[in-house]
Amino acid sequence: MSPDLAPHATIYALVGAALVGLGLYGLVARRHPLRRLVGFNIMGSGLFIVFGAAGMGPLGPDPVPQALIITGIVVAFSATALITALAGRYAALTGRAGLPEETPPPEGGAAGRPEAS
Amino acid sequence: MTEPLDPAALAAALAVALPLAGALAALVMGRRAGDLFFVTGPAMALVAAALVAGVAEGGPARIAVGGFAPPLGIALVTDGLAATFVATTVAVMAAALAFARGGLVARLRETRRGYAFVALAHLAWGALNAVFLSGDLFNLYVALELLSLAAIGLVALEGKAETLAAAIRYAFFALTGSLLYLSGAILLYAATGTLDIALLGAHAPEGATTLVAGALMTAGLCAKTALFPLHAWLPPAHAGAPAPASAILSGLVPKASFVVMARLWLEALPDAAGPALGPLLGGLGAAAILYGSVLALRQERLKLLVAYSTIAQIGYLFLLFPLAGGALSTQPWAAGAWSGAMLHGVSHALAKAALFLAAGLVLARLGHDRIAGLSGLARAMPMTAFAIGLSAVTLMGLPPSGGFIAKYLLLVAAFASGEWAWGVILLAGGVLSALYLFPVLGRLFAKGDAEGEDAPEDEPTGPLPSRAREAIPLVLAGLAIALGFASAWPTALLAIGRPGAAMEGLE
Repeated sequence: MSPDLAPHATIYALVGAALVGLGLYGLVARRHPLRRLVGFNIMGSGLFIVFGAAGMGPLGPDPVPQALIITGIVVAFSATALITALAGRYAALTGRAGLPEETPPPEGGAAGRPEAS
Repeated sequence: MTEPLDPAALAAALAVALPLAGALAALVMGRRAGDLFFVTGPAMALVAAALVAGVAEGGPARIAVGGFAPPLGIALVTDGLAATFVATTVAVMAAALAFARGGLVARLRETRRGYAFVALAHLAWGALNAVFLSGDLFNLYVALELLSLAAIGLVALEGKAETLAAAIRYAFFALTGSLLYLSGAILLYAATGTLDIALLGAHAPEGATTLVAGALMTAGLCAKTALFPLHAWLPPAHAGAPAPASAILSGLVPKASFVVMARLWLEALPDAAGPALGPLLGGLGAAAILYGSVLALRQERLKLLVAYSTIAQIGYLFLLFPLAGGALSTQPWAAGAWSGAMLHGVSHALAKAALFLAAGLVLARLGHDRIAGLSGLARAMPMTAFAIGLSAVTLMGLPPSGGFIAKYLLLVAAFASGEWAWGVILLAGGVLSALYLFPVLGRLFAKGDAEGEDAPEDEPTGPLPSRAREAIPLVLAGLAIALGFASAWPTALLAIGRPGAAMEGLE
């Protein structure tokens, strides 16, 4: 990061870094889809704070990161909505929220028989 | 747009806008959405033709959308790479939509899923074109996200527990990947103050921050491309989707994040890479070729075999980096490696889409896609069997297919650069793909009744597909073969605006 950041930008950067770490832990270490989704959102928020701090020059806030952050928030929101819907449907169908264990067996029974199309 | 309207610029804008408008129209049209293909197919073919013609005549161009120049504005890039992939996307998308119109959309006519496929396919279409045409790393992020969301929807289309689980798993891979990409883009902006690819290339940033940024973005893009060892989500997602959705997912979607990676390392950060990047990405690609092929060998179901073969075929794309990446891009063999890798992307897109559509026809006819039960199907469905055969020829890289030319170009580049080990991998991959594809072909063309034990244990459960539907995968597979006969022209097109060539021009 460039050295001419305003001093308070460092605080934003540190908070952002902490949030990224927390979110990444939730995303990687948790099994439950909704917990992972929360982790994804926390990590995303942390990244946006870092991005905002990166755009905090001596001349005041840089508008470009602000515009990009807004776009990023919209994207993260859409993704969250989609996965929530998928996870809800999955839980309604199977009665459990957690996904079956990872790594489908290469023998090929696990992916389910697709219907004729 | 400023000044007099340049046809290529207009085509670039329409290539993104038209499919997105089509996605909205599909929602309005509801159960008639299947017919939308009659409008968007020809219209996008015209757009792609205008784009290809514009690039072939006018060379590469950068379009400042809305008249705002970078770094404030976001540029669209029309070069040979973009034009080639936009044209390939038209072929695959038109085939998938035409195929779905007689199958998926008709079958699900009374449900939302029928026209949801049409809407999602158009959404993915617009996102793919946006990826191919973007000249800005953040715009690429948005386009990749849009593509991921559409692709997740396509995976989940069947709505069963297994496909939903595959979609959720895919979603977490894709979203983690996009966060990694985003964090890299943020670091890059903090270090350089721009995300425009051309400005970054001219700025030639180096140093630790750039390297970390590039590494984060690469890791994210690898997860989205399903490069070994981040491939676990791909087979259930691609094999569980309906056939036309699989064709789009397997043929086109991984190519988008690969194109971003190529633009990142060859155009935006050519000097930051260092000597380790090529062997690393190339090594992962080689591992993908071998591992994906071995797993494909073990599959008993046709759609899963085709999906695992995608993992292997994606590996070939990454041989671009050891042969043409970084400082090597000005070497004489880099042009061949570039054209070879990209041509492989095109021929794989066509052949893999054909193979998935043909597998869909087999599944509709037999009610299953077990390879052991395919015996003698060539007599009942000769066109489908022929399409599978032609696609297999391209995937194995046998002459005269497009896959042969692509692998030949890569092979020549590997030996010219002195790194013959990549050539050995290429040849081994070809042998392995023959090993997993020949049993399928052998079953298809076997005289099922003559060999008593091979007779199918259950009778076909579905009607024979119509000739028109059987023709669709055959046309796609034929295009993949024709690419080999007429390879000079796409190779020349791909070379327009090639990163290394541009640098030679500057010197």
